[in-house]
Amino acid sequence: MTKTLNNKAWLFVLPVFGIVAFSAILPLMTVVNYSVQDTFGNNQFFWNGVGWFQDLLDPSTQLGERFFDALWRTLLFSAIILMIEVPLGIAVALAMPREGWGVAFCLVLMALPLLIPWNVVGTIWQVFARSDIGLLGWAVNRLGIDYNYTGDPLDAWVTIIIMDVWHWTSLVALLCYAGLKSIPDAYFQAARIDGASRWAVFRTIQLPKMRRVLLIAVLLRFMDSFMIYTEPFVLTGGGPGNATTFLSIDLVKLALGQFDLGKAAAMSLVYNLIIIAICWVFYTIMTNADAQRGRVQE
Amino acid sequence: MARITLDHLAHAYRPDPKGPQDYALKEINHVWDQGGAYALLGPSGCGKTTLLNIISGLVHPTRGRILFDDRDVTDQPTEQRNIAQVFQFPVVYDTMTVRENLAFPLKNRRVPREATHQRVEEIARLLDLTSVLDRKANNLTADMKQKISLGRGLVRPDVAAILFDEPLTVIDPHLKWQLRSTLKEIHRALDITMIYVTHDQTEALTFADKVVVMHDGAVVQTGTPDELFERPAHTFVGHFIGSPGMNILPCRVEGATAFIDNERIALKGAYPALPAGERIELGIRPEFVQLQPKGSGLPVRIRRIDDIGRARIARVEMGGRALAASVPEDISIEGDEASLAFDARYVHIYADGHLVPGEEPGGNAQ
Repeated sequence: MTKTLNNKAWLFVLPVFGIVAFSAILPLMTVVNYSVQDTFGNNQFFWNGVGWFQDLLDPSTQLGERFFDALWRTLLFSAIILMIEVPLGIAVALAMPREGWGVAFCLVLMALPLLIPWNVVGTIWQVFARSDIGLLGWAVNRLGIDYNYTGDPLDAWVTIIIMDVWHWTSLVALLCYAGLKSIPDAYFQAARIDGASRWAVFRTIQLPKMRRVLLIAVLLRFMDSFMIYTEPFVLTGGGPGNATTFLSIDLVKLALGQFDLGKAAAMSLVYNLIIIAICWVFYTIMTNADAQRGRVQE
Repeated sequence: MARITLDHLAHAYRPDPKGPQDYALKEINHVWDQGGAYALLGPSGCGKTTLLNIISGLVHPTRGRILFDDRDVTDQPTEQRNIAQVFQFPVVYDTMTVRENLAFPLKNRRVPREATHQRVEEIARLLDLTSVLDRKANNLTADMKQKISLGRGLVRPDVAAILFDEPLTVIDPHLKWQLRSTLKEIHRALDITMIYVTHDQTEALTFADKVVVMHDGAVVQTGTPDELFERPAHTFVGHFIGSPGMNILPCRVEGATAFIDNERIALKGAYPALPAGERIELGIRPEFVQLQPKGSGLPVRIRRIDDIGRARIARVEMGGRALAASVPEDISIEGDEASLAFDARYVHIYADGHLVPGEEPGGNAQ
């Protein structure tokens, strides 16, 4: 089929180009501009070529070491988050009622954490987990466990992970619940007739029908956790030491704390590329899976 | 393999049923004999599927008992009832191949691998699925998927009964015939009780040895296709079965004669036991009403004549009421004035919808 080309269409797209240029392309170009220069303040810039990128990707330099430390930390965090929130979200979705008054109740309850602003979530947990005045921190210490998230790196990690699980598991659960609700009753009836066990029903009906929403859930949770900033910034500020300094926090430290605009710009570009690359991988997996399912219709 | 007895069974979806209007299924007593081919026929929403789901155990009845032979299974879950059911829309397990789908009910019941393999091959051959056995089930057409669902219902050799809930709705018409005869063959070969729910009278009458007609949550007649045709026990059966359906006319009965307005119709016997105060109607199938030239019979006006393939049906009007009558092949009628001849043997009298047995001329109640 040949498509009709009408060049007037470009005219209608122009406003969007204008807005995107101002909101995204120009700032991005500024960052690109910074990333190839060095500055010592006074608005004086010196050409540095790809120097910052070389440093950044070489773990033996100071900048590279710092970058890779933060990168591994962030990847580890995302991996832990996915490993906890995805199975937990599925379990919660399976446990939610399919009909009756409980549905609305559960939905509202699940949506509550999602409605709280991120810095408020950080503040809530910052107070909640304090060992002197926070209910959680105080109670844990009274149980005889030495717990102090401001001093102990492991405690800090555990606190951030629990906070994120509290904040975001609902999203996975709600997505899975939507997937589960779309399964017609006949499938469950047929499974009972066929004598399928609870596990077989999950394996052969529920999980396959949740595949698409699960991919979306994994994608969203990966992206969000990989870019997490506000909550750990409020809760731990990246500490103790650098224990919870994720890429985003490190980037802000570098750019606004030390005002190393060149290094920070290079780092943010690489960070951006990593995210785009992972997005692309997910997108490819999803569209390929769809293509395979749609194939061979006869 | 079992005889299935429904004992005072009734079901309401509301938790606190009061009157009969709250019951989706009104009280029913029925015995499904081992090895029978039954059709459960009725319009949408008359309680057929509810009844089926109660037999399979997906729905627990509000009242009454279900017996498999002499075993009370009312409180047993579906899995323990040893019953197979095929649903209206195809249900396949997407991640499995066709073979795995067919083997699934057997695998769950720990049937040995060798026996499973043989049985799956056999069912696949019967349903013409052999060529796709190793394909993934989710890429197939709706026809194929429904065949897989049918196959899963048929694959267990030892079930008490197989229930079909309008299984051919999604199937192409030409394939419908073929599958229905396949089911019939399987029924003969396996000697399994089959209950086939449908709202399509052709399907019911061709599949079943015995048809159970339901209307508004109640069974109105159980009988062979011939019985349903010749002696409908209820005016509903009369107009639901047959195309066109039975002519139903309000009338008045005196002795062995019925009066429609002032026209006299001879009956096969007298009706001394007609309940007073109830709505009395006369029913006769168009097949037993013949159109003839004006003069001898009941005067009517012809509206139109339909050619329905095997026969011609005249749509006529008598005193403002529409009737259908068959048109004999050798007849020629001028104008739109004609008359009707009723075959007295097939004229039935109904009181409030229910058939009233008449007295034979010899004096015996029929």
